[in-house]
Amino acid sequence: MNNTTRILLAAVLCTAAVACTKKVKEEAPAETTPPPAQTEQPTTAGVYGPSDLDTDACLRQRVVYFDFDQDTLRPEFQAIVGCHAKYLRDRPSSRMTLEGHADERGSREYNLGLGERRGNAVSSAIQANGASGSQITVTSYGEERPVCTDSNEDCWAKNRRVEIVYTAK
Amino acid sequence: MKRSLAWLASLLALLLPLSAMAQQGLEIDIVGGNAAALPIAVVPMPYQGSAAAPQTDVSEVVAADLARSGQFRPLPIGDITEKPTRGGEINYPTWRALNQDYIVVGRVLDAGAGSFRVEYELFDVAKQQRLLGFALTARANAMRDVAHQVADAVYEKITGVRGAFFTRIAYVTATGTGRAAQYALMVADSDGFNPQTVVRSPEPLLSPSWSPDGNRLAYVSFEGGSSSIYIQNISTGARELVAKYRGINGAPSFSPDGRRLALTLSRTGNPEIYVMDLGSKNLTQLTNHFAIDTEPTWSADGGTIYFTSDRGGRPQIYSVPSGGGSATRVTFQGSYNASASVSFDGKKIATAQGAGNNYRIALMDSSLGAARWSTLSPGSLDESPSFAPNGAMILYAAREGRRGVLYAVSSDGRVRQRLVLADGDVREPAWGPFRLPR
Repeated sequence: MNNTTRILLAAVLCTAAVACTKKVKEEAPAETTPPPAQTEQPTTAGVYGPSDLDTDACLRQRVVYFDFDQDTLRPEFQAIVGCHAKYLRDRPSSRMTLEGHADERGSREYNLGLGERRGNAVSSAIQANGASGSQITVTSYGEERPVCTDSNEDCWAKNRRVEIVYTAK
Repeated sequence: MKRSLAWLASLLALLLPLSAMAQQGLEIDIVGGNAAALPIAVVPMPYQGSAAAPQTDVSEVVAADLARSGQFRPLPIGDITEKPTRGGEINYPTWRALNQDYIVVGRVLDAGAGSFRVEYELFDVAKQQRLLGFALTARANAMRDVAHQVADAVYEKITGVRGAFFTRIAYVTATGTGRAAQYALMVADSDGFNPQTVVRSPEPLLSPSWSPDGNRLAYVSFEGGSSSIYIQNISTGARELVAKYRGINGAPSFSPDGRRLALTLSRTGNPEIYVMDLGSKNLTQLTNHFAIDTEPTWSADGGTIYFTSDRGGRPQIYSVPSGGGSATRVTFQGSYNASASVSFDGKKIATAQGAGNNYRIALMDSSLGAARWSTLSPGSLDESPSFAPNGAMILYAAREGRRGVLYAVSSDGRVRQRLVLADGDVREPAWGPFRLPR
């Protein structure tokens, strides 16, 4: 998608949404983390353990957000994908479920498909960072489990997400 | 104009007793009016027996049904000054002076063993001619069913279209939010009365689909942490798990003969349409495309399956032969069409149509050849259209604030009414089949 259509899309979204001045806030924490060092370095010293899931600034981030009707991973979430991929590599016995979600607009069954696409996008990105697909399960909840229930863009942006849930640490 | 407003006000007054019973089920609230509706007097049908009178006011239920259809304008109860109970008692000049085209009279009698007998007649006022005369017997707890059958007979005699008041609807309710949410699959009469819980779950439930005999519902449940498809018998509660594959198990839809179930599975990694033979549980894959293919629904003859696909970029409705073949795009108006519901004659397709942030119920009518589109709902988050079995009305889900509500709209878009559960969030309506074989 080029910039013109992106702006047009944003303009269309803003006409009906109340809070279009508020940009998606979730970008901020992703930027503050310095993860590139962790993503690619195969150091033996920096091996993740289960306790890092609660303490590591990158691993503690378990939600990836998406644009409207999109399943493309936004660049700012590469860091999160990288550190969780490293965790799976470091701990081959660990397992994660990627729960894909959509906002409330449109049909529930189509949104189940959209949630799965987003889960698959995160799964592919994690595997591209060296984790094994056998450690990852994708489940779509579509629009059935919103974290925010207002009908505006602010809320919809929070609901278009993939949640990383560790089922075995 | 003034007259129609007065009519609307009195119609609401007529419906007040229903609102008072909202705790029992769904509240009914007419939000539109149809000036072309036929004037009909449904005269109160008194109980003439010697035991305790039945609780159901048959004529009130009949009048409410006819009003909801949008095709009729029942005379407000306050304007009914004469109360004939049989044809010989009708003083025609009175009803002509009230500009009534039709009049329904009747009475309720004892039928022994706690049963009642409803005798009713329908007359054409101008011709002073009897159009219908029937008697129906039922137990006290089935008097609403009798009233709906009376309304069906009157509706069909005058409009030529089979009535669909004696039918049921299924829907999903949600109470609480987040992890504390509770879901229930419900079944109620077409007017929202007599709600019954089919199944409860702490996990999301969606997409109920009626078996053609009206005895079973197929639905999606997230119990166990991922989607699966169950078929449940409404009266016995017995249920069967029919699909729990890896990935999405969604959008079940019974074939018109009840022997097959169309469904969406993403076991190959991508949502595709399948048809399951319910006897052998064998699966036939109908679509094979990297797009999202979902929401299959059958044509009445079982030969065609309509479904939602974003293979063209955005979701649109496509069709495919149910025995397999290539898919054909069906909808070309609107950037987003999903959740198709097809009328019994295959001439009308209702969709959830999106434009920007507005989602409305749209109707594609091919009765006269080329497809003509109309918008049936005001938006902004309307979804899940479901045709009545006679094609005359459509149920759909809408959002009001943070809660979901159901609306029924006449297929010409002229009359809409809201059916609201007393508390909680209502969604995923599915209109059931006719309850009497023909």
